[in-house]
Amino acid sequence: MFHVCRMNGYDFTIAGAALKALSSGALWWPQESLLVVSDLHLGKSERIARRGGASLPPYDTRDTLTRLAADLALSHARTVVCLGDSFDDLMSADALPEDERQWILRLQAGRRWVWIEGNHDPGPVDVGGTHLAELPLAPLTFRHIAQGPASGEISGHYHPKASINARGRIITRAAFLIDSDRVIMPAYGTYTGGLRAQTPVLGALMRDEAIAVLTGPVPVAVPMPR
Amino acid sequence: MADLPDTFRTWFAAKGWSIHPHQQAMLERADAPALLLIAPTGGGKTLSGFLPTLIDLADGDHEGMHTLYISPLKALAADIKRNLTTPVAEMGLPVRIEERTGDTTATRRKRQRADPPHIFLTTPESLALLVSYDDAPRMFKGLKRVVIDEIHALAESKRGDQMMLALARLQTICPDLKRVGLSATVEDPTAIAHLMARHPDPCEILQADPGPAPDISMLRTDEAPPWSGGGAAYAIPAVLEQVKQHKTTLIFHNTRAQAEIFFHNLWLANDDALPIGIHHGSLDRQQRERVEGAMVRGELRAIVCTGSLDLGIDWGDVDLVIQIGAPKNVKRLVQRIGRANHRYNAPSKALLVPANRFEVVECVAALEAVLDGELDGDPRGPGPRDVLCQHILITACAGPFEETVLYSEIKTCGAYSTLSRAAFDACLDFCATGGYALRAYDRWQRLIKRPDGLWQLRDPRAAQRIRMNIGTIQDTDTLKVRMKRNRGGKPLGEIEEGFAATLTPGDTFLIGGQIVKYEGLREMTVEVSRDAAKKPRIATFMGTKFATSTQLSARVQRMFTQDAWPELPDHTAKWLALQREVSQLPQPGRLLIESFPHDRRAQTVVYGFAGRNGQQTLGLLLTKRMEALGLHPLGFVATDYATLIWGLDPVTDPETLLDPHALQDGLETWLAGNAVMKRTFRASATIAGLIERNTPSARKSGRQATFSSDILYDTLTKYDPEHLMLDITREEALRGLVDFGRIEEMLERTRGRIDHLTLPRVTPLSAPLFLEMGRVPVKGEAEERLLAEEAARLMQSSGLAQITPADASKPRWRVGF
Repeated sequence: MFHVCRMNGYDFTIAGAALKALSSGALWWPQESLLVVSDLHLGKSERIARRGGASLPPYDTRDTLTRLAADLALSHARTVVCLGDSFDDLMSADALPEDERQWILRLQAGRRWVWIEGNHDPGPVDVGGTHLAELPLAPLTFRHIAQGPASGEISGHYHPKASINARGRIITRAAFLIDSDRVIMPAYGTYTGGLRAQTPVLGALMRDEAIAVLTGPVPVAVPMPR
Repeated sequence: MADLPDTFRTWFAAKGWSIHPHQQAMLERADAPALLLIAPTGGGKTLSGFLPTLIDLADGDHEGMHTLYISPLKALAADIKRNLTTPVAEMGLPVRIEERTGDTTATRRKRQRADPPHIFLTTPESLALLVSYDDAPRMFKGLKRVVIDEIHALAESKRGDQMMLALARLQTICPDLKRVGLSATVEDPTAIAHLMARHPDPCEILQADPGPAPDISMLRTDEAPPWSGGGAAYAIPAVLEQVKQHKTTLIFHNTRAQAEIFFHNLWLANDDALPIGIHHGSLDRQQRERVEGAMVRGELRAIVCTGSLDLGIDWGDVDLVIQIGAPKNVKRLVQRIGRANHRYNAPSKALLVPANRFEVVECVAALEAVLDGELDGDPRGPGPRDVLCQHILITACAGPFEETVLYSEIKTCGAYSTLSRAAFDACLDFCATGGYALRAYDRWQRLIKRPDGLWQLRDPRAAQRIRMNIGTIQDTDTLKVRMKRNRGGKPLGEIEEGFAATLTPGDTFLIGGQIVKYEGLREMTVEVSRDAAKKPRIATFMGTKFATSTQLSARVQRMFTQDAWPELPDHTAKWLALQREVSQLPQPGRLLIESFPHDRRAQTVVYGFAGRNGQQTLGLLLTKRMEALGLHPLGFVATDYATLIWGLDPVTDPETLLDPHALQDGLETWLAGNAVMKRTFRASATIAGLIERNTPSARKSGRQATFSSDILYDTLTKYDPEHLMLDITREEALRGLVDFGRIEEMLERTRGRIDHLTLPRVTPLSAPLFLEMGRVPVKGEAEERLLAEEAARLMQSSGLAQITPADASKPRWRVGF
């Protein structure tokens, strides 16, 4: 497939499945024509305003969807898996402006679309697609939060980011954490912060030989910072 | 009220004092609506401000708060309380004096609101917080006078703008409120008078006798200052000798990091074990208080300090002030020296200690300026709108308000007297709805207009969040530093988050004068242990960096044209001569540019003499041009005289780089994307309430930290480029950090007369630039190249490269075995 070759990414294999970590922070599984994105946090600015916080620029949802649409245009994915925390809370999903809801429905047209439940969006949402607690698709399993021992597990939740010191310059990017058992994906949403890869909870989940793949114009792999 | 009552006359006589002429004049004008006193420290300035208050309160029939005292420093409020308590106690006056700062306990604060003292001492931030409460009218009922101490310091910053807005509120609550400002010597008293008066009321200015001229000189040492660096370690023996010869010495530094290093070195050389302390704003409060206490008791022979000790605190018998590092600004130098000396009519004694040879030139230029009585300074523009936005939110916290009334009230502030209704409306709309082109928050507006036309908070819980974020001081994100113990060890102070991120366990750094070893990060606290063995790294602190004034820059530039420098120490004259020999000295009317390799990077230095902000902008413009020309710039740093740019490829054609039309054409477009704009945006958006530094739940866990303000900035520029916040950012950047005017002036003055020298190594004159803080990274292609190189190196050295696929189409890394 010619369009897939143009996609900028880092190739790796886990549990026998050949995957590509894309520079955008999405994960591509060519064999299944499946695109995974995690932690979209759609409606985050709306939720903050609703709770009496600052009125942030209300363009986060459209920015996130713009990037997702670009990844879909390149990949022509037959299946999309949103790995949980797709909405900043369940009310955000209901409060989605009509044009943005229509946009999501257009993106869903002609393909299978799975919303995995996350801690921010633990119930079904009324925006098309299928709702699942987790999705097993041998040899992989898609769920929001990584579980203890696992094999071929793709999860999100932690928003990992990694820094490397390149000739004195600290460069920090959202990052995939990858080892032989699992992938922890970076957050895809525009208004999302990151959790440093050095954090003990991530260190405990990942094997010693894990790598971090930093997102950015060209994804780069480094040993996972500890 | 012009005559001193008997009680006071007796007290003065018992002390053997007579009333100063300016104290008498202040007393006579006690009923003036606004009064500004310009007086040197030590001249009983504080008492001048409070004398009418004490006399008025002497009969004991005043109910509630009488006088509000505002100072820029918490420590100053505490100090003034001590100084006032003495006469009040000795004369047996029925006066209750209390302070309230960020450090005051919650119980005490509550009581102060219910039962306010006669004299209330506070800071601009605490005042802004107090006017945000709905009971403010009750608390400030009966208030007659407000005394603003060190107003010249506040007048230069947004803290002063916020304070004046809060005062406008108070003036509405107490229409007869009289304003008194106390200021050190400044070049333009009318500007301060304009800021502090209730516009358009007049403000009378009283000039006290300035006292004798300071006895100020440069410390000359046998050993020459180094070529570069800010530590002034070479001067330690000479400084120690001075400390021994004087009773109490204050040793000022321009930055906290420099203070730390100097203190460390001082202790290593302090063979007589003289009691010497350290004091700066990043140290833990208890540590600071301990040093302050010891100082007041006269137990210390010297204090190594920064601007945190800069304001008129009474430190007792200070008989020598030493300034380490070039003073940057003549007015500030004179004020710093004058304030530290609290003996009226005795000349202040001060020594300048240049940290390196470049600073020798600056110090000599500054001394000449002091002798010529040439103070410097630039006028500030109209009141900043980010502060205005915060004030609107604060007003809403206090209760429903009518927009036209608020607008009129704000216009009584000098800084906002020219504010247009449209500009005000835009700020109000921003506070209410976010002010976005996409009207997304109709349901969740922060402020709503009620049917009766008054504005109020939609969600009353928002008041708590707004109050948590009151203030205009931009502190970078810092982390607390503690000794590692089981149950939380001794707090030492704080360091910048960015610096903490570069630490790996085992690294050492200096804090509070001791070397500590980084153990790890626990929650949001840096844990350290004592470590005496190693040479420390240096913690970076975000200190205020003053730009060298136009006037002082010009003096330095003129000195460079001399054939010889008899007024300079021999070593510095030789250094300039050496620069002339290996390269050249920047000539007036010409632009010197040096290019040379250093530290595996191609370096270029542009000696523009356009001031720090101008040089900073020049750095941004030039790196942008270099990025376009494929020279892979990595970053730059600017001083008042020069900009140093480093990158992967050398500059060969500076004429093209500096083409004025290209620079100017580029200004508007690239302003949008650069780091200074993002930094300015972060500051302004935080003040205006778009970014909340503190939220009820934040920073407890440190997990999924808030996303960076850069994301908001990028989102706004992309989807809403006309938004108010971007407009404010542009305005703030242009007046603060951009200063394009001085670049144009420099290009005009040197048009076509560029001296470009390609040299084999760092030149004498450029060496100090390599130690400058505040390096600005350029996030261009070079970063991608570096990242790829470093990633490859890491993968190679870790061995992971062998098991990772090189060719994307043929994965060779099979995991699980």
